Amino acid sequence: MSELQLKDLYDGFRNPDTIRSLAKQIAREAEKLEAPLRIMEVCGGHTHTIMKYGLPQLLPDSISFIHGPGCPVCIMPKERIDHAIALAKMENTILVTLGDMIRVPGSKTSLAQERAAGYDIRPLYTPADALKIAKENPDKKVIFFAIGFETTTPMTTAVIKATVEQKIKNLFFHINHVLVPPAVDAIMADGKARINAFIGPSHVSVIAGAKIYQPIPLAYRTPVVVSGFEPVDVLQGILMTVRQQVQNRAELEIEYTRSVTMEGNTKAQKLIETYLQPRPHFRWRGIGDIERSALELRPEFAYLDAEKLFGDVLPNEPIDDHKLCICGTILKGLAKPMDCKVFGKACTPNTPLGSCMVSSEGACNAYYRYQGV
Amino acid sequence: MCLSIPSKVVKIDKENNTAVVDTMGVTRKAGLELIEEGTVEVGDYVLIHIGFVMNKIDEEDALESLKVYNEILEKMDEQERENLVLEDDNCGTRGS
Ligand code: SF4
Ligand code: SF4
Repeated sequence: MSELQLKDLYDGFRNPDTIRSLAKQIAREAEKLEAPLRIMEVCGGHTHTIMKYGLPQLLPDSISFIHGPGCPVCIMPKERIDHAIALAKMENTILVTLGDMIRVPGSKTSLAQERAAGYDIRPLYTPADALKIAKENPDKKVIFFAIGFETTTPMTTAVIKATVEQKIKNLFFHINHVLVPPAVDAIMADGKARINAFIGPSHVSVIAGAKIYQPIPLAYRTPVVVSGFEPVDVLQGILMTVRQQVQNRAELEIEYTRSVTMEGNTKAQKLIETYLQPRPHFRWRGIGDIERSALELRPEFAYLDAEKLFGDVLPNEPIDDHKLCICGTILKGLAKPMDCKVFGKACTPNTPLGSCMVSSEGACNAYYRYQGV
Repeated sequence: MCLSIPSKVVKIDKENNTAVVDTMGVTRKAGLELIEEGTVEVGDYVLIHIGFVMNKIDEEDALESLKVYNEILEKMDEQERENLVLEDDNCGTRGS
Protein backbone atom coordinates (compact mmCIF):
# COMPACT_ATOMS: atom_id res chain seq x y z
CA MET A 1 0.00 0.00 0.00
CA SER A 2 1.46 3.33 -0.95
CA GLU A 3 2.18 6.09 1.53
CA LEU A 4 -0.68 8.19 0.21
CA GLN A 5 -3.33 5.55 0.63
CA LEU A 6 -2.17 4.83 4.12
CA LYS A 7 -2.47 8.49 4.97
CA ASP A 8 -6.02 8.63 3.61
CA LEU A 9 -6.86 5.61 5.61
CA TYR A 10 -5.66 7.01 8.89
CA ASP A 11 -7.65 10.13 8.21
CA GLY A 12 -10.71 8.00 8.72
CA PHE A 13 -9.75 7.42 12.33
CA ARG A 14 -9.92 11.06 13.06
CA ASN A 15 -13.35 12.31 13.70
CA PRO A 16 -12.96 16.06 13.15
CA ASP A 17 -16.00 16.98 15.22
CA THR A 18 -14.91 15.04 18.26
CA ILE A 19 -11.35 16.31 17.93
CA ARG A 20 -12.48 19.91 17.67
CA SER A 21 -14.85 19.68 20.57
CA LEU A 22 -12.22 18.02 22.76
CA ALA A 23 -9.67 20.68 21.81
CA LYS A 24 -12.17 23.35 22.79
CA GLN A 25 -12.81 21.71 26.13
CA ILE A 26 -9.08 21.57 26.76
CA ALA A 27 -8.66 25.23 25.86
CA ARG A 28 -11.44 26.23 28.22
CA GLU A 29 -9.99 24.18 31.04
CA ALA A 30 -6.46 25.44 30.29
CA GLU A 31 -7.50 29.03 30.95
CA LYS A 32 -7.51 28.12 34.61
CA LEU A 33 -3.90 26.90 34.54
CA GLU A 34 -1.57 28.94 36.70
CA ALA A 35 1.57 27.86 34.88
CA PRO A 36 2.19 26.39 31.42
CA LEU A 37 1.72 22.65 31.16
CA ARG A 38 4.66 20.73 29.73
CA ILE A 39 3.43 17.25 28.91
CA MET A 40 5.84 14.48 28.07
CA GLU A 41 4.38 11.73 25.93
CA VAL A 42 6.60 8.81 26.77
CA CYS A 43 5.88 6.67 23.74
CA GLY A 44 6.89 7.26 20.14
CA GLY A 45 3.47 6.11 18.99
CA HIS A 46 1.97 9.08 20.79
CA THR A 47 4.53 11.44 19.24
CA HIS A 48 3.38 10.10 15.89
CA THR A 49 -0.30 10.79 16.64
CA ILE A 50 0.45 14.26 18.01
CA MET A 51 2.42 15.31 14.94
CA LYS A 52 0.20 13.63 12.41
CA TYR A 53 -2.96 15.29 13.63
CA GLY A 54 -1.24 18.59 14.34
CA LEU A 55 -2.43 18.56 17.93
CA PRO A 56 0.01 21.30 19.08
CA GLN A 57 -1.67 23.70 16.64
CA LEU A 58 -5.10 22.81 17.96
CA LEU A 59 -4.23 23.48 21.57
CA PRO A 60 -3.54 26.70 23.49
CA ASP A 61 0.05 27.94 23.84
CA SER A 62 0.03 27.11 27.51
CA ILE A 63 0.23 23.41 26.60
CA SER A 64 3.39 22.05 25.01
CA PHE A 65 4.63 18.55 24.24
CA ILE A 66 7.98 17.13 25.13
CA HIS A 67 8.75 13.96 23.19
CA GLY A 68 9.97 11.21 25.42
CA PRO A 69 12.35 8.26 25.14
CA GLY A 70 9.66 5.67 24.46
CA CYS A 71 10.90 4.15 21.26
CA PRO A 72 13.01 1.05 21.80
CA VAL A 73 14.86 1.59 18.55
CA CYS A 74 15.73 5.21 19.30
CA ILE A 75 17.27 4.55 22.67
CA MET A 76 19.52 1.68 21.58
CA PRO A 77 23.12 2.84 21.97
CA LYS A 78 25.51 2.21 19.12
CA GLU A 79 27.61 -0.28 21.04
CA ARG A 80 24.61 -2.61 21.32
CA ILE A 81 24.03 -2.42 17.57
CA ASP A 82 27.71 -3.20 17.13
CA HIS A 83 27.09 -6.25 19.32
CA ALA A 84 24.40 -7.42 16.93
CA ILE A 85 26.72 -6.91 13.96
CA ALA A 86 29.60 -8.72 15.64
CA LEU A 87 27.31 -11.65 16.47
CA ALA A 88 25.97 -11.77 12.92
CA LYS A 89 29.52 -12.01 11.60
CA MET A 90 30.38 -15.11 13.61
CA GLU A 91 30.69 -18.25 11.61
CA ASN A 92 27.61 -20.34 10.97
CA THR A 93 25.30 -17.81 12.50
CA ILE A 94 21.85 -16.44 11.73
CA LEU A 95 20.97 -13.22 13.52
CA VAL A 96 17.27 -12.44 13.90
CA THR A 97 15.61 -9.30 15.23
CA LEU A 98 12.50 -7.14 14.95
CA GLY A 99 11.83 -4.65 12.15
CA ASP A 100 13.31 -1.18 12.26
CA MET A 101 16.31 -2.30 14.28
CA ILE A 102 17.88 -3.52 11.06
CA ARG A 103 18.27 -0.01 9.68
CA VAL A 104 19.77 1.78 12.67
CA PRO A 105 23.39 2.77 12.15
CA GLY A 106 25.92 1.35 14.58
CA SER A 107 29.40 2.84 14.86
CA LYS A 108 30.28 1.92 11.27
CA THR A 109 27.46 0.10 9.53
CA SER A 110 23.90 -1.08 10.12
CA LEU A 111 22.54 -4.62 10.16
CA ALA A 112 20.89 -3.86 6.81
CA GLN A 113 24.24 -3.04 5.26
CA GLU A 114 25.79 -6.17 6.69
CA ARG A 115 22.94 -8.22 5.33
CA ALA A 116 23.51 -6.73 1.89
CA ALA A 117 27.16 -7.71 2.30
CA GLY A 118 26.05 -11.32 2.63
CA TYR A 119 25.62 -12.04 6.34
CA ASP A 120 22.53 -13.98 7.34
CA ILE A 121 20.42 -11.39 9.14
CA ARG A 122 16.66 -11.81 9.19
CA PRO A 123 13.87 -9.52 10.34
CA LEU A 124 11.14 -11.29 12.27
CA TYR A 125 7.45 -10.68 12.11
CA THR A 126 6.97 -12.44 15.44
CA PRO A 127 9.55 -13.67 17.97
CA ALA A 128 7.98 -17.12 17.61
CA ASP A 129 9.68 -17.38 14.21
CA ALA A 130 13.07 -17.41 15.95
CA LEU A 131 12.12 -20.85 17.23
CA LYS A 132 11.13 -22.01 13.79
CA ILE A 133 14.34 -20.76 12.19
CA ALA A 134 16.40 -22.51 14.89
CA LYS A 135 14.61 -25.81 14.24
CA GLU A 136 15.02 -25.50 10.49
CA ASN A 137 18.75 -24.81 10.81
CA PRO A 138 20.03 -27.29 13.38
CA ASP A 139 23.69 -26.86 12.39
CA LYS A 140 23.65 -23.10 12.74
CA LYS A 141 23.64 -20.84 15.76
CA VAL A 142 20.55 -18.67 15.74
CA ILE A 143 20.85 -15.50 17.83
CA PHE A 144 17.78 -13.47 18.71
CA PHE A 145 18.65 -9.82 19.25
CA ALA A 146 15.67 -9.02 21.47
CA ILE A 147 14.49 -5.43 21.83
CA GLY A 148 11.53 -3.61 23.26
CA PHE A 149 9.79 -2.16 26.26
CA GLU A 150 7.43 -3.95 28.66
CA THR A 151 4.95 -4.74 25.87
CA THR A 152 7.32 -6.95 23.92
CA THR A 153 9.30 -8.57 26.72
CA PRO A 154 6.78 -11.34 27.46
CA MET A 155 6.83 -12.44 23.80
CA THR A 156 10.59 -12.91 24.06
CA THR A 157 10.23 -14.83 27.31
CA ALA A 158 7.62 -17.11 25.73
CA VAL A 159 10.30 -18.05 23.20
CA ILE A 160 12.91 -18.52 25.93
CA LYS A 161 10.50 -20.80 27.76
CA ALA A 162 9.95 -22.91 24.66
CA THR A 163 13.71 -23.10 24.05
CA VAL A 164 14.27 -24.37 27.59
CA GLU A 165 11.36 -26.80 27.60
CA GLN A 166 12.01 -28.19 24.15
CA LYS A 167 15.75 -28.35 24.88
CA ILE A 168 16.64 -26.47 21.73
CA LYS A 169 20.41 -26.30 21.59
CA ASN A 170 21.11 -23.73 18.90
CA LEU A 171 18.98 -20.70 19.87
CA PHE A 172 20.58 -17.93 21.94
CA PHE A 173 19.39 -14.57 23.20
CA HIS A 174 20.94 -11.12 23.29
CA ILE A 175 18.55 -9.27 25.60
CA ASN A 176 18.00 -5.53 25.23
CA HIS A 177 14.63 -5.20 26.89
CA VAL A 178 14.28 -1.86 28.63
CA LEU A 179 11.88 -0.52 31.24
CA VAL A 180 9.80 2.66 30.99
CA PRO A 181 9.61 3.75 34.67
CA PRO A 182 13.37 4.08 35.35
CA ALA A 183 13.76 6.24 32.23
CA VAL A 184 10.88 8.49 33.24
CA ASP A 185 12.35 8.69 36.70
CA ALA A 186 15.80 9.62 35.35
CA ILE A 187 14.32 12.46 33.29
CA MET A 188 12.39 13.77 36.29
CA ALA A 189 15.34 13.45 38.66
CA ASP A 190 17.45 15.40 36.18
CA GLY A 191 14.76 18.08 36.21
CA LYS A 192 16.02 20.12 33.26
CA ALA A 193 13.12 19.25 30.99
CA ARG A 194 10.70 20.83 33.49
CA ILE A 195 7.96 18.32 32.75
CA ASN A 196 4.81 18.62 34.78
CA ALA A 197 2.59 15.89 33.32
CA PHE A 198 2.95 12.53 31.59
CA ILE A 199 0.94 10.60 29.02
CA GLY A 200 1.83 6.90 29.21
CA PRO A 201 1.32 4.38 26.38
CA SER A 202 -1.58 1.99 26.75
CA HIS A 203 0.24 -0.98 25.20
CA VAL A 204 2.92 -1.08 27.86
CA SER A 205 0.28 -1.08 30.56
CA VAL A 206 -1.87 -3.78 28.96
CA ILE A 207 1.03 -6.03 29.97
CA ALA A 208 2.71 -4.31 32.92
CA GLY A 209 -0.40 -2.64 34.36
CA ALA A 210 -0.88 1.06 35.01
CA LYS A 211 0.63 0.44 38.45
CA ILE A 212 4.18 0.78 37.11
CA TYR A 213 3.75 4.57 37.12
CA GLN A 214 2.48 4.76 40.68
CA PRO A 215 5.75 6.10 42.11
CA ILE A 216 5.92 9.07 39.68
CA PRO A 217 2.98 11.18 40.93
CA LEU A 218 4.05 10.48 44.48
CA ALA A 219 7.70 11.34 44.02
CA TYR A 220 7.36 14.36 41.73
CA ARG A 221 3.78 15.54 42.19
CA THR A 222 3.23 15.02 38.47
CA PRO A 223 0.02 13.63 36.96
CA VAL A 224 0.33 10.49 34.81
CA VAL A 225 -2.48 9.46 32.46
CA VAL A 226 -2.27 6.14 30.60
CA SER A 227 -3.82 6.73 27.22
CA GLY A 228 -4.62 4.98 23.93
CA PHE A 229 -3.16 5.92 20.55
CA GLU A 230 -5.96 7.39 18.55
CA PRO A 231 -6.11 11.19 18.46
CA VAL A 232 -9.30 11.22 20.46
CA ASP A 233 -7.63 9.09 23.13
CA VAL A 234 -4.60 11.34 23.28
CA LEU A 235 -6.76 14.47 23.58
CA GLN A 236 -8.84 12.86 26.27
CA GLY A 237 -5.62 12.04 28.11
CA ILE A 238 -4.47 15.65 27.79
CA LEU A 239 -7.79 16.91 29.12
CA MET A 240 -7.38 14.64 32.13
CA THR A 241 -3.89 15.97 32.88
CA VAL A 242 -5.06 19.59 32.53
CA ARG A 243 -7.93 18.91 34.93
CA GLN A 244 -5.58 17.35 37.45
CA GLN A 245 -3.29 20.34 37.25
CA VAL A 246 -6.14 22.83 37.62
CA GLN A 247 -7.53 20.94 40.60
CA ASN A 248 -4.06 20.66 42.05
CA ARG A 249 -4.11 16.86 41.96
CA ALA A 250 -1.20 14.61 40.99
CA GLU A 251 -2.55 11.14 40.36
CA LEU A 252 -2.25 8.12 38.18
CA GLU A 253 -5.30 7.81 35.95
CA ILE A 254 -6.28 5.52 33.10
CA GLU A 255 -7.86 6.99 29.99
CA TYR A 256 -7.77 3.75 28.03
CA THR A 257 -10.05 1.71 30.22
CA ARG A 258 -10.94 -0.39 27.17
CA SER A 259 -8.01 -2.67 27.87
CA VAL A 260 -5.72 -1.25 30.54
CA THR A 261 -6.07 -2.22 34.19
CA MET A 262 -3.98 -1.33 37.24
CA GLU A 263 -2.71 -4.90 37.45
CA GLY A 264 -2.02 -5.69 33.79
CA ASN A 265 -1.42 -9.21 32.52
CA THR A 266 -0.08 -11.05 35.55
CA LYS A 267 0.67 -14.25 33.69
CA ALA A 268 2.95 -12.33 31.33
CA GLN A 269 4.58 -10.58 34.27
CA LYS A 270 5.30 -13.93 35.96
CA LEU A 271 6.77 -15.29 32.78
CA ILE A 272 9.18 -12.35 32.62
CA GLU A 273 10.22 -12.81 36.24
CA THR A 274 10.93 -16.48 35.71
CA TYR A 275 13.51 -15.88 32.99
CA LEU A 276 14.73 -12.31 33.29
CA GLN A 277 16.04 -10.02 36.02
CA PRO A 278 16.98 -6.33 36.15
CA ARG A 279 20.47 -5.51 34.94
CA PRO A 280 22.50 -3.38 37.32
CA HIS A 281 23.17 -0.83 34.53
CA PHE A 282 22.10 -0.03 30.99
CA ARG A 283 23.27 2.85 28.85
CA TRP A 284 20.45 4.61 26.99
CA ARG A 285 21.33 6.41 23.82
CA GLY A 286 21.53 10.08 24.69
CA ILE A 287 20.31 9.73 28.24
CA GLY A 288 23.27 7.77 29.52
CA ASP A 289 23.49 5.12 32.18
CA ILE A 290 20.34 4.37 34.16
CA GLU A 291 20.47 1.86 36.99
CA ARG A 292 18.21 -1.17 36.79
CA SER A 293 16.56 0.16 33.64
CA ALA A 294 16.87 -2.96 31.51
CA LEU A 295 16.63 -6.73 31.82
CA GLU A 296 18.98 -9.65 31.34
CA LEU A 297 18.70 -13.43 31.52
CA ARG A 298 18.78 -14.90 35.01
CA PRO A 299 22.01 -16.74 35.86
CA GLU A 300 20.25 -20.14 35.61
CA PHE A 301 19.80 -19.48 31.91
CA ALA A 302 23.33 -18.21 31.24
CA TYR A 303 23.67 -21.09 28.78
CA LEU A 304 21.27 -19.24 26.48
CA ASP A 305 22.85 -15.82 26.93
CA ALA A 306 24.63 -14.69 23.77
CA GLU A 307 26.18 -11.78 25.63
CA LYS A 308 27.95 -14.16 28.00
CA LEU A 309 28.66 -17.03 25.60
CA PHE A 310 30.12 -14.93 22.82
CA GLY A 311 31.41 -12.13 25.02
CA ASP A 312 34.87 -12.35 23.48
CA VAL A 313 33.67 -11.02 20.10
CA LEU A 314 31.62 -8.19 21.61
CA PRO A 315 33.06 -4.68 21.71
CA ASN A 316 32.67 -3.07 25.10
CA GLU A 317 33.43 0.62 24.75
CA PRO A 318 30.48 3.02 24.86
CA ILE A 319 30.20 4.77 21.49
CA ASP A 320 28.76 8.24 21.15
CA ASP A 321 26.39 9.44 18.47
CA HIS A 322 27.38 11.23 15.29
CA LYS A 323 28.78 14.53 16.48
CA LEU A 324 26.06 16.57 14.81
CA CYS A 325 23.21 14.40 16.06
CA ILE A 326 21.28 15.70 19.05
CA CYS A 327 18.95 12.71 19.45
CA GLY A 328 20.10 12.42 23.03
CA THR A 329 19.08 15.94 23.90
CA ILE A 330 15.76 15.36 22.15
CA LEU A 331 15.13 12.13 24.05
CA LYS A 332 15.75 13.97 27.29
CA GLY A 333 13.10 16.52 26.36
CA LEU A 334 15.59 19.39 26.04
CA ALA A 335 15.42 20.03 22.29
CA LYS A 336 13.15 19.60 19.28
CA PRO A 337 14.17 18.01 15.98
CA MET A 338 14.31 21.42 14.25
CA ASP A 339 17.06 22.42 16.65
CA CYS A 340 19.32 19.92 14.92
CA LYS A 341 21.46 21.52 12.22
CA VAL A 342 21.26 18.58 9.84
CA PHE A 343 17.55 17.81 10.32
CA GLY A 344 15.93 17.38 6.92
CA LYS A 345 19.23 18.13 5.20
CA ALA A 346 22.00 15.63 5.74
CA CYS A 347 19.63 13.57 7.90
CA THR A 348 16.40 12.24 6.39
CA PRO A 349 14.54 8.93 6.74
CA ASN A 350 16.47 7.62 3.72
CA THR A 351 19.84 8.79 5.02
CA PRO A 352 19.44 8.72 8.78
CA LEU A 353 22.38 9.93 10.84
CA GLY A 354 20.72 9.19 14.13
CA SER A 355 18.25 6.68 15.48
CA CYS A 356 15.43 9.21 16.02
CA MET A 357 15.20 9.52 12.25
CA VAL A 358 15.25 5.78 11.53
CA SER A 359 12.39 4.46 13.53
CA SER A 360 8.99 5.57 12.33
CA GLU A 361 8.26 6.12 16.01
CA GLY A 362 11.21 8.50 16.41
CA ALA A 363 10.63 12.21 16.98
CA CYS A 364 12.79 13.35 14.04
CA ASN A 365 11.05 10.94 11.72
CA ALA A 366 7.59 12.10 12.82
CA TYR A 367 8.55 15.78 12.37
CA TYR A 368 10.04 15.05 8.97
CA ARG A 369 6.97 13.19 7.78
CA TYR A 370 4.30 15.51 9.04
CA GLN A 371 5.84 18.91 8.81
CA GLY A 372 6.48 18.68 5.09
CA VAL A 373 10.16 19.59 5.31
CA MET B 1 1.50 2.22 14.81
CA CYS B 2 -0.73 0.82 17.50
CA LEU B 3 -4.27 0.97 16.18
CA SER B 4 -5.27 -1.93 18.39
CA ILE B 5 -7.73 -3.53 16.03
CA PRO B 6 -9.60 -6.24 17.93
CA SER B 7 -9.39 -9.80 16.60
CA LYS B 8 -11.99 -12.51 17.04
CA VAL B 9 -10.92 -16.00 18.07
CA VAL B 10 -12.19 -18.56 15.54
CA LYS B 11 -10.32 -21.67 16.61
CA ILE B 12 -8.15 -22.87 19.46
CA ASP B 13 -5.42 -25.42 19.00
CA LYS B 14 -4.86 -26.77 22.51
CA GLU B 15 -1.96 -28.96 21.55
CA ASN B 16 0.18 -26.11 20.20
CA ASN B 17 -1.34 -23.53 22.52
CA THR B 18 -2.21 -21.26 19.62
CA ALA B 19 -5.37 -19.60 18.39
CA VAL B 20 -6.58 -18.81 14.91
CA VAL B 21 -7.95 -15.29 14.91
CA ASP B 22 -9.82 -13.18 12.42
CA THR B 23 -8.76 -9.55 12.24
CA MET B 24 -11.21 -7.75 9.98
CA GLY B 25 -11.34 -10.63 7.56
CA VAL B 26 -7.63 -11.45 7.70
CA THR B 27 -6.93 -14.82 9.30
CA ARG B 28 -3.80 -15.29 11.38
CA LYS B 29 -2.31 -17.52 14.03
CA ALA B 30 -1.37 -16.20 17.45
CA GLY B 31 0.33 -17.75 20.47
CA LEU B 32 -1.64 -18.20 23.70
CA GLU B 33 1.40 -18.42 25.99
CA LEU B 34 0.61 -15.13 27.73
CA ILE B 35 -2.97 -15.97 28.58
CA GLU B 36 -4.17 -18.01 31.60
CA GLU B 37 -5.32 -21.37 30.35
CA GLY B 38 -9.00 -21.61 29.59
CA THR B 39 -9.69 -17.87 29.77
CA VAL B 40 -9.86 -17.29 26.03
CA GLU B 41 -12.50 -19.13 24.08
CA VAL B 42 -13.78 -19.28 20.54
CA GLY B 43 -15.85 -16.15 19.92
CA ASP B 44 -13.89 -13.96 22.33
CA TYR B 45 -12.25 -10.71 21.24
CA VAL B 46 -8.54 -10.23 21.87
CA LEU B 47 -5.67 -7.84 21.15
CA ILE B 48 -2.65 -9.23 19.32
CA HIS B 49 0.91 -7.99 19.55
CA ILE B 50 3.67 -9.44 17.36
CA GLY B 51 2.02 -12.80 16.98
CA PHE B 52 0.78 -13.29 20.54
CA VAL B 53 -2.56 -12.73 22.22
CA MET B 54 -2.00 -9.95 24.79
CA ASN B 55 -5.35 -9.83 26.49
CA LYS B 56 -9.04 -10.38 26.14
CA ILE B 57 -11.29 -7.40 25.57
CA ASP B 58 -14.86 -6.71 26.34
CA GLU B 59 -17.18 -7.67 23.48
CA GLU B 60 -19.05 -4.39 23.59
CA ASP B 61 -15.83 -2.34 23.41
CA ALA B 62 -14.49 -4.54 20.66
CA LEU B 63 -17.60 -4.16 18.53
CA GLU B 64 -17.57 -0.43 19.08
CA SER B 65 -13.96 -0.11 17.82
CA LEU B 66 -14.59 -2.51 14.96
CA LYS B 67 -17.45 -0.36 13.77
CA VAL B 68 -15.08 2.56 13.30
CA TYR B 69 -12.45 0.48 11.56
CA ASN B 70 -15.02 -1.22 9.33
CA GLU B 71 -16.24 1.99 7.81
CA ILE B 72 -12.75 2.58 6.52
CA LEU B 73 -12.14 -0.98 5.52
CA GLU B 74 -15.17 -1.19 3.33
CA LYS B 75 -13.37 1.00 0.88
CA MET B 76 -10.31 -1.24 0.68
CA ASP B 77 -9.46 -4.30 -1.34
CA GLU B 78 -8.11 -7.48 0.19
CA GLN B 79 -4.44 -6.68 -0.22
CA GLU B 80 -4.85 -3.30 1.42
CA ARG B 81 -6.78 -4.87 4.26
CA GLU B 82 -4.04 -7.35 4.88
CA ASN B 83 -1.42 -4.62 4.85
CA LEU B 84 -3.38 -2.58 7.33
CA VAL B 85 -3.78 -5.47 9.72
CA LEU B 86 -0.08 -6.29 9.49
CA GLU B 87 0.87 -2.66 9.88
CA ASP B 88 -1.22 -2.47 13.02
CA ASP B 89 0.49 -5.46 14.48
CA ASN B 90 3.74 -4.26 13.07
CA CYS B 91 3.86 -1.62 15.67
CA GLY B 92 5.56 -4.27 17.69
CA THR B 93 8.30 -4.80 15.16
CA ARG B 94 9.61 -1.56 16.51
CA GLY B 95 9.55 -3.49 19.67
CA SER B 96 7.80 -1.55 22.33
S1 SF4 C 1 17.76 15.05 12.63
FE1 SF4 C 1 19.08 13.25 12.49
S2 SF4 C 1 21.07 13.94 13.21
FE2 SF4 C 1 19.55 15.45 13.89
S3 SF4 C 1 18.95 14.77 15.95
FE3 SF4 C 1 17.50 13.86 14.52
S4 SF4 C 1 18.36 11.86 14.06
FE4 SF4 C 1 20.01 13.06 14.98
S1 SF4 D 1 5.52 -0.15 19.25
FE1 SF4 D 1 3.53 0.73 19.87
S2 SF4 D 1 3.71 0.96 22.08
FE2 SF4 D 1 5.77 0.68 21.25
S3 SF4 D 1 6.65 2.68 20.85
FE3 SF4 D 1 5.66 2.00 19.00
S4 SF4 D 1 3.58 2.79 19.12
FE4 SF4 D 1 4.43 2.86 21.19
